[in-house]
Amino acid sequence: MAPAITLAADAPTLSAANTGFMLICSALVMLMTPGLAFFYGGMVRVKSTLNMLMMSFISLGIVTVLWVLYGFSMAFGTDSGGIVGWNSDWVGLSDIGLTELWDGYTIPVFVFLVFQLMFAVLTPALISGALADRVKFTAWALFIALWATVVYFPVAHWVWGAGGWAFELGVIDFAGGTAVHINAGAAALGVILVIGKRVGFKKDPMRPHSLPLVMLGAGLLWFGWFGFNAGSWLGNDDGVGALMFVNTQVATGAAVLGWLAYEKIRHGAFTTLGAASGAVSGLVAITPAGGAVSPLGAIAVGLIAGVLCAMAVGLKYRFGYDDSLDVVGVHLVGGILGSLLIGLFASGKGQSEVQGLFYGGGLDQFWKQCAGVFGVLAYSLVVSAVLAFLLDKTIGMRVSEDDEVAGIDQAQHAETAYDFSGAGGGAARTAVTAPVAPAESKKVDA
Amino acid sequence: MKLITAVVKPHRLDEIKEALQAFGVHGLTVTEASGYGRQRGHTEVYRGAEYTVDLVPKIRIEVLVEDDDAEQLIDVVVKAARTGKIGDGKVWSVPVETAVRVRTGERGPDAL
Repeated sequence: MAPAITLAADAPTLSAANTGFMLICSALVMLMTPGLAFFYGGMVRVKSTLNMLMMSFISLGIVTVLWVLYGFSMAFGTDSGGIVGWNSDWVGLSDIGLTELWDGYTIPVFVFLVFQLMFAVLTPALISGALADRVKFTAWALFIALWATVVYFPVAHWVWGAGGWAFELGVIDFAGGTAVHINAGAAALGVILVIGKRVGFKKDPMRPHSLPLVMLGAGLLWFGWFGFNAGSWLGNDDGVGALMFVNTQVATGAAVLGWLAYEKIRHGAFTTLGAASGAVSGLVAITPAGGAVSPLGAIAVGLIAGVLCAMAVGLKYRFGYDDSLDVVGVHLVGGILGSLLIGLFASGKGQSEVQGLFYGGGLDQFWKQCAGVFGVLAYSLVVSAVLAFLLDKTIGMRVSEDDEVAGIDQAQHAETAYDFSGAGGGAARTAVTAPVAPAESKKVDA
Repeated sequence: MKLITAVVKPHRLDEIKEALQAFGVHGLTVTEASGYGRQRGHTEVYRGAEYTVDLVPKIRIEVLVEDDDAEQLIDVVVKAARTGKIGDGKVWSVPVETAVRVRTGERGPDAL
């Protein structure tokens, strides 16, 4: 998040260019949630594809409404103790002028809040990948609502809200390495430690059912991420947003290479899933860092993230936690890497003059980054585990074992993702009964 | 009559179809199958997790022929299916008691 523009003596005025740019960026970030749904949806088995898609998609409904009601106020309202914000004018977005500017910037409050809304929608959706195949949809919907309220809204305030403790400490998080990725990754770990593994974890084959879907999702994420990252400067008056755009592309490309190289050496093949995963690990890692590092620094950040995330996804088999689609391995690890590497690679020529260790700035910024990383990680891990525990003890987090084995799509959504029957339009193999039309619709009126 | 069944590599289907047509066979049935013989399966890797895939995709071709043609037709199929590598498949025949053409009710060799 950009510091307020203080160069000009005059108060900023509304910029149509920045406003238009930010509205487009908001739409790009919105696209990341369905993109994530495809990225995750392709990785599960056929029988739980729709549930995986829906776990992301429902966030577009729930968090959007909560954000309007009180989320924006909690995240960006007047600070209380560095922990949470509040502004009663923003509850229900009831008293915001159409041309009222976001304080210190050239865009209206409405534009800033809808841009931030998309971040709030995406972050809970990121958690869902760790919970594949086994969580009751109602429990997940309630979890999202509670988690956004007690974890995301406050943490967004810590990191980006004026007065938030991490913001005031000087932790650099350009677009959400801590607030989005570490936050979601730590939450995923907290929840899976409570709800346990999928039936058959480490015994049954759990191959991704559609790598083309995974690739499509990774492509949409990459595309949308330009809005996520470059838009986080809230305008383009000083070129920092453009630097972020460039570094987003550079780090992601390097991370694809890093992941693929590790995989070729370690497992003997360049896999599609590795390329898609490498891209996401690079996007995650450059998210906090892209405004602070040079393009060569971005290559280093991307390569390091690609290789280390490729190594980290194997940890779940060693330690026995079922992080189904590697939310911890990619988002938590990638987010930590990106946030900490700022302390080493900050060039002093981007968003601020802060320099990292390799640019002669010492370890000062590194320790600040550590504080941000571990503060968010610890809070999200503990509170998410408590939320999952409470929901599990009341309404139950998991579907029955029978439903999980037979497939959560049919049990929870009364649908199946694909019709595999070919001949005769499927009549022979599935014996589907034709829908019973209401009596009046059978009448044919001229 | 005999029922000739061939379980062979999928990419040999066109060769086999052409060879059978040249031999004068008028109809055949093809189904997708999976299985393994001495070839066994292969290994796939997803984010470092290795899976052994035991069953290999095959196609199963079925042809009804008159007794006298059976041995020669088996040779035709085997020749068309062979690549010389492990996993080429199997061809076998079994006796068939009767066959009926559904449209006309013709029975026996007339139904072929």
